[in-house]
Amino acid sequence: MAKPKVAFYWCASCGGCEEAVVDLAEDILKVVEAVDIVFWPCALDFKKTDVEAMEDGSIAVTFINGAINSDEQEEMVHLIRKKSGLIVAFGACSHLGGIPGLANLTDKESILRASYLTGPTNVNQEKTIPLAKSPSPDGELHLPELKANALALDQVIDVDYYIPGCSVPKKLILDAVTAILTGNLPPKGSVLAPTRTNCDTCERNKTKPEKLTISKFYRPYEIELDEEKCFLAQGVICMGPVTRGGCDERCIKGNMPCRGCFGPVDNVYDQGAKFISALASLFDAKTDEEVQAIVDTIQDPAGTFYRFSVAKSYLGHKVS
Amino acid sequence: METIKLKINGFEVEAFDRQPLIEVAEKLGIKIPTLCHNPIIEPYGVCRVCTVEVRHGRRVRMVTACNYPVTNGIEVFTESERVIRNRKMIIEWLLARCGNVPVLNKLAEQYGITEPRFGRGTDDCILCGLCVRVCQDVVKANVLGFFERGPKRYVSTAFDQTSDLCITCGACASVCPTGCITVEGLQEGIYKEMPMGPITPIHIDFMQAVPKKAVIDHDSCINFKTGGCKVCVDVCEAEAIDHSMQETEKEVDVGTILLSTGFKLQDGEALKEYGYGKYPNILTSLDFEVLNNANGPTGGKIFTQEGKVPKAIGIIHCVGSRDKKYHEYCSRVCCMYALKFAHLIKEKIHDCEVYNFYIDMRCFGKGYEEFYNRLLKEGVNFVRGKVAEINDAALDKSEEGKLILRAEDTMIGTVRRIPVDMVVLCLAVEAQEDAKELSHFFSCSVGRDGFFIEKHPKLAPVSTAADGIFIAGMAQGPKDIPDTVAQAGAASSAMLSLIQQKEVEAEVVTAMIDEETCSGCQICVGLCPYTAITYNKDKNKSELNEALCKGCGTCVAACPSGAAQQKNFRDSQIFAEIKGILAV
Amino acid sequence: MSSDKSGFEPRIVAFLCNWCSYTGADLAGTARMKYPANVRTIRVMCSGRVDAQFVMKAFAEGADAVLISGCHTPSDCHYQEGNFKALRRYYLLKKMLPQFGIEPERLRLEWISAAEGDKFQEVCTEYTEQIKKLGPSPVKKGVKNG
Repeated sequence: MAKPKVAFYWCASCGGCEEAVVDLAEDILKVVEAVDIVFWPCALDFKKTDVEAMEDGSIAVTFINGAINSDEQEEMVHLIRKKSGLIVAFGACSHLGGIPGLANLTDKESILRASYLTGPTNVNQEKTIPLAKSPSPDGELHLPELKANALALDQVIDVDYYIPGCSVPKKLILDAVTAILTGNLPPKGSVLAPTRTNCDTCERNKTKPEKLTISKFYRPYEIELDEEKCFLAQGVICMGPVTRGGCDERCIKGNMPCRGCFGPVDNVYDQGAKFISALASLFDAKTDEEVQAIVDTIQDPAGTFYRFSVAKSYLGHKVS
Repeated sequence: METIKLKINGFEVEAFDRQPLIEVAEKLGIKIPTLCHNPIIEPYGVCRVCTVEVRHGRRVRMVTACNYPVTNGIEVFTESERVIRNRKMIIEWLLARCGNVPVLNKLAEQYGITEPRFGRGTDDCILCGLCVRVCQDVVKANVLGFFERGPKRYVSTAFDQTSDLCITCGACASVCPTGCITVEGLQEGIYKEMPMGPITPIHIDFMQAVPKKAVIDHDSCINFKTGGCKVCVDVCEAEAIDHSMQETEKEVDVGTILLSTGFKLQDGEALKEYGYGKYPNILTSLDFEVLNNANGPTGGKIFTQEGKVPKAIGIIHCVGSRDKKYHEYCSRVCCMYALKFAHLIKEKIHDCEVYNFYIDMRCFGKGYEEFYNRLLKEGVNFVRGKVAEINDAALDKSEEGKLILRAEDTMIGTVRRIPVDMVVLCLAVEAQEDAKELSHFFSCSVGRDGFFIEKHPKLAPVSTAADGIFIAGMAQGPKDIPDTVAQAGAASSAMLSLIQQKEVEAEVVTAMIDEETCSGCQICVGLCPYTAITYNKDKNKSELNEALCKGCGTCVAACPSGAAQQKNFRDSQIFAEIKGILAV
Repeated sequence: MSSDKSGFEPRIVAFLCNWCSYTGADLAGTARMKYPANVRTIRVMCSGRVDAQFVMKAFAEGADAVLISGCHTPSDCHYQEGNFKALRRYYLLKKMLPQFGIEPERLRLEWISAAEGDKFQEVCTEYTEQIKKLGPSPVKKGVKNG
């Protein structure tokens, strides 16, 4: 029997998710043994035309990481969708828009200006800015065009499963591959990770006081972080309660609060708004002034609460 | 106790051995005059007026009846010639000290003494010591005592100084036979707190009190000040009085509650222009109600504070009601009770002029308009217009001591000046001061006017927003007695039907926590004001007690896992509503 | 509903607590007080039930403004302190909304008691006027995702 064909593709991503695949180390051999990798631009030399030449639906499963923020990526994922049986959004950017999605809180012009002109490390005396079309002696050149907003994969194509994380933990990859190979899959659209939030397994949850209240917020660098105590009880914003578990609390074990890369659990759509509802309830304040004073100690609420999920919030991006 | 037999004035009588003679005689209906005896105080035998003749066998003695203990076989004569002669002498001696004391003069007259042989003294204290004894033995305040000796002996306070120990109970004045002790201010009549005069510390609150039982006013009862007195305990045959009783709090489990906490009358002094509190003959409607009551202090007779029968009375409607400065609402009861007052005044004092000052006559009830028409025929004066001011500035001698009302008469278009002897202010009814506090307690609400709000003005007029809590009477808003009775009947029926069901519908919109998706983050636990959520450490789950949950949904909004949901108000339902109302 | 500037009729979503504000709105109704039809009400049991997700969802669905109304602080809340939760969420949301390009004035918190039918009417009228002046929500004219 022919081995199932598998593909990997990357869009707007940092490469960390590719790294995560490679990080499987000797376990990757088991994967390679079981499947036939037909397309993986990061590791193997395939071209678009190779994909186009494949029969529709011939790839059993394609893992796509990274957000979609250029027309080239959009075109490629549509093509891959056609050729693949299953599409798995791989990693936070593909799942939720991720870090590239934070760009949605500003506009395209500002991003280009900051990246190419005003950035402190930029040397760009000719003030060159990438253009979709530019003349050259050999005729007009075409470059992929940056989209106005970064999108999660399912905002562009139909997605069958999601594997969350920035980056994706090894265990989740192996579990997902096993599930796919054995056909032991949950309903379409499921996130292949636990259904509860980080607090479920977090060791520090036990240290939560009976009535948790917060009267001032600290950023992690502002205080000496206790290595055992719940971060919220220390006045440090930890997205753990509103973030899907399954990461083995890697950040928390490294004494850093959860930043929310796994996104919300199934009953919650808008991770940041939900966190506002939960977090604000805990304020130790009863008057406008007291509440405002606590709010003043929170820097950049949107960037903090939606660090990975701006694209998948109700608004999705800055609207004006 | 051993009983013995004796004879008084020839009548054989049984008595307890060593019982005071005066008591035994009194039982027979034989009155022995006395000045220094009071049943609540140990007898002292000092005035000697009660002197009687006692024969025992061949022995004959003159003794004081108040402290003479009877023994078996004695014969007593209270009006024998010898007794009369002796008593006359004693009265003459007393007159020699206190020649002008009414009680002595009356006694002298009774015994035919016109010219006392030893002259008439000018003192008014007979040194009977009742005041000293009542102060020491009964009240236990120990303020009064005897000073000096012999002819110089007198009653006073220590060093003749005003005593800090005196609790102004007035007991000394009340027992003094000659009236030589008075309590300053007590006789003058007008008390701010007690416009109808003082009441005793033990009293029945009012004639319609339920239960109709005496109560002791802790603040004025002598026993609570000095530990003494307890005279009421001695005289109460039912032995119902116990000063050692303490206020206790009882917890009662109930299924429904009726709030019928009534109203209070607006403070009359807030309306400076009407001079309530300044002029004693300006009464509130409740003051007048007390004055006019057959069970009241005057037995229902209408007197001014000076004790005169008023010749003209002004009744002012809408004082503080229908007035943007105080209460915008109509108090609803004033028109009709003002008419009742006018009618009763006319009935009691035929020639009294009664003036009703009104804005509108609101005679809206059954038979009310007819009553108004009847009063018009009775000669009650109706002046349509608000009274601007009440003062006592008399223009001539005939107006002296009268209250002058200045009011616009809109019917004849002029300002009138009407002198009267008494004014009744129909003050606004107000919500009780603690109604708002109470509403928090019972989870219902009060309106801007301070009265409890009904669930629906037409469909649920006696229910409140809180299940099982009902309202009736003035607590819900101004209304008269028929309306109150009807509303109370409705409320009690509603309550009974709830009780009859024997079970209550539990709050349906409670929260629920999905065990499968709860991550045990405990954020909800501290948010619940009803402690309905507890954290199960073993399971690492939050658990909800549905019986305690009142269904606010705060935990649902805060649950970062979406594991908590609210019945009928699930996230998905509200999202659908949002989508729906914004669809067009 | 016309969307041109002159005839702009805003759509305001109002979350009203069952005990005070919704009853207050009811009172406005029984007293025949008119308030603008621009205000579209959603009854919740308590202002503490209002999840920030509801507000974001309402804006995403095209609401021009969101009004949250509950019982007066500090002591009127039928559920003792649900209104405080609303107050806290409101201030945090208000700080975040501009980051999404939504003017903070488009979110409003009011305390309206069951007795304040007239206040409900005033708030609705005044807020509708304010939003009319502010113009339509940027969500409608904003770039759709992608």
